[in-house]
Amino acid sequence: MRTDHLVRSLAADGAAVRRPEAVLPAALIAGALVSAALFAAFLGPRADIAAVATAPRFLLKFIETLLLAATASLVMLRLARPGARPAGALLLLAPALLAAAIGVELATVPREGWWMNLTGKNAMVCLVSVPLLSLPVLAALLVVLRRGAPSRPWAAGAVAGLAAGGLGAALYAAHCTDDSPLFVAAWYTLAIALVTAAGALLGGRLLRW
Amino acid sequence: MSDRETELAALLRAANAGDAAAYARLLEAVVPLLRMAARRHLVRAGMDTSDAEDLVQETLLAIHLKRQTWDPARPVGPWLQAIVRHKFVDALRRRGRHVHVPVDDLVDSLPAEAAEEPVAHEVARHLGGLPRRQRDVVQAIAVDGASIRDAAARLAITEGAVRVALHRGLAALAAKLRH
Repeated sequence: MRTDHLVRSLAADGAAVRRPEAVLPAALIAGALVSAALFAAFLGPRADIAAVATAPRFLLKFIETLLLAATASLVMLRLARPGARPAGALLLLAPALLAAAIGVELATVPREGWWMNLTGKNAMVCLVSVPLLSLPVLAALLVVLRRGAPSRPWAAGAVAGLAAGGLGAALYAAHCTDDSPLFVAAWYTLAIALVTAAGALLGGRLLRW
Repeated sequence: MSDRETELAALLRAANAGDAAAYARLLEAVVPLLRMAARRHLVRAGMDTSDAEDLVQETLLAIHLKRQTWDPARPVGPWLQAIVRHKFVDALRRRGRHVHVPVDDLVDSLPAEAAEEPVAHEVARHLGGLPRRQRDVVQAIAVDGASIRDAAARLAITEGAVRVALHRGLAALAAKLRH
């Protein structure tokens, strides 16, 4: 085919387009609504949620996970845009906050309590629930990324997994009675790592262009 | 910022808002830049330049399908270069080569004078493998030069159906070229 002929057909297909940034909020809301429905159907909030609603360690779980979701979403958008700097340092914010929380925990909880706080009561529920609650959000983010043009598809998928894992973990945090930063660092991190790995695998397959 | 950068940015901004005429002018301005870059890229990689035009067409399809990823607050040059680099590296890898050849100064370089319209084969070859309606629509609009309305009348389908088939056909062509 002649190139001017191809150009003619591209121009005929030249409708207005929407940037990935513009579709991200709707996709995030749609994914999060499905996850919230799963949460309501299978987990639900912990029984004593009203009593702990203002407890710093309980609230910190939401701040950490939502901070991860927000920063990973921003980095994901950068990775989807050709020629943009990835701004990966943003991803260090949530781990830095978690590290600070661990410092406070270790300074205030006697040594005998560390192991109990780390292992908690819900480790397996956490490892299963967080990835399942994250999947609808991951699917929505991959749809957004398909509009993008990531030069490293697996990396973009992995960061989408981080963002989805952060949102899934924030939902799960309302159910979980383990509030220690030690528990969050061990089990939330492992669960989110699983979602990140799934995102990398899916991204490598679905986001090539 | 160069004159060409300013011009391309204005055209792409209008194109992404749905201005078809601006979009056609943008693509026409980009084609000579891509041709020169493709030829230079293949030469530097020590490869035959006879399929340079296939590289140009594959890159054009990528620009088309990813034009929404341009941030209007940023210059067009680096964005375009990143797409070109991605497609060129990918194309050479498929040809069995793993080389890194820099793609530089795309927007600010002077395009070579085109002697005649070069030929490319890959898009035409894959056109035959598309579902019938997509193939008919792409054929009518690209090769025969029909408008959306003409194509609709000729194929006895709605203009909306022509638009959908055209978009899907172009996306399918881009996907086939990747394999």
